Amino acid sequence: MTNPTKLIINCETGVQEEIELTDEEVAQLEADRQAAEAAQAERDAEAIARGAAKASAEAKLTALGLTADEIAALIK
Amino acid sequence: MANTYTLISSATVNSSSVANIDFTSIPQTYTDLLLKMSLRIPTGTNVGLRIGMRFNGASTDANFSTILAYADGSITGSFTSSTGFTGWMPDAGTTSNVFSNVDVYIPNYTNSSNKSFTTDAVMENNATASYMGYFAGLWSNTAAISSIRIFDSGTSANFAINSTAYLYGISNA
Repeated sequence: MTNPTKLIINCETGVQEEIELTDEEVAQLEADRQAAEAAQAERDAEAIARGAAKASAEAKLTALGLTADEIAALIK
Repeated sequence: MANTYTLISSATVNSSSVANIDFTSIPQTYTDLLLKMSLRIPTGTNVGLRIGMRFNGASTDANFSTILAYADGSITGSFTSSTGFTGWMPDAGTTSNVFSNVDVYIPNYTNSSNKSFTTDAVMENNATASYMGYFAGLWSNTAAISSIRIFDSGTSANFAINSTAYLYGISNA
């Protein structure tokens, strides 16, 4: 057996079978993995951009003379 | 558990090569379905991996839309997904031998409207980094749900031995 398998549970009969995935199903798994990776990279980039914008805004508020407590009160 | 809950079928992974768990020929005689999963991936170092769910033998995530609120031990947040993403499971980067705790509730799975579902998911990890979340999902398809597939949509890896999934039918919920 070279490919991963699927565990099939037939709810009508109660029979469970473990069957090797077809090459097409394995290709779909790989496509799913790549799509998930791309989506995660996009979310990570958004989080980094949000963090940078927040730090920049805090620096500007500090430059205006606000204390850390005042900045925290504004952010909440 | 209320006595209207009936165990339809259960699955226990007994080999290291299982990538998909498929419940097929789901009886059309209940009102709602509840899928309870305890899953783990024995490889990788991502900590939390996504659980994918598809219905009726579909090979893609077409027609799924999901919104979720989550916490990961450091931050809280929310986002949307156009996949059948339905929770997280721990991988080899987490505490040994812990499994996810995930409930998926699918009301009115036989009717001719689009199918909604909610998911209550905890990844489980004895460390700071761990995911928990609540999902509201929609499968925009009017067909009755007759099969459900569960898989690792994050890394397409195989499930750990002793991963389990239990499918319940709920009558007159």
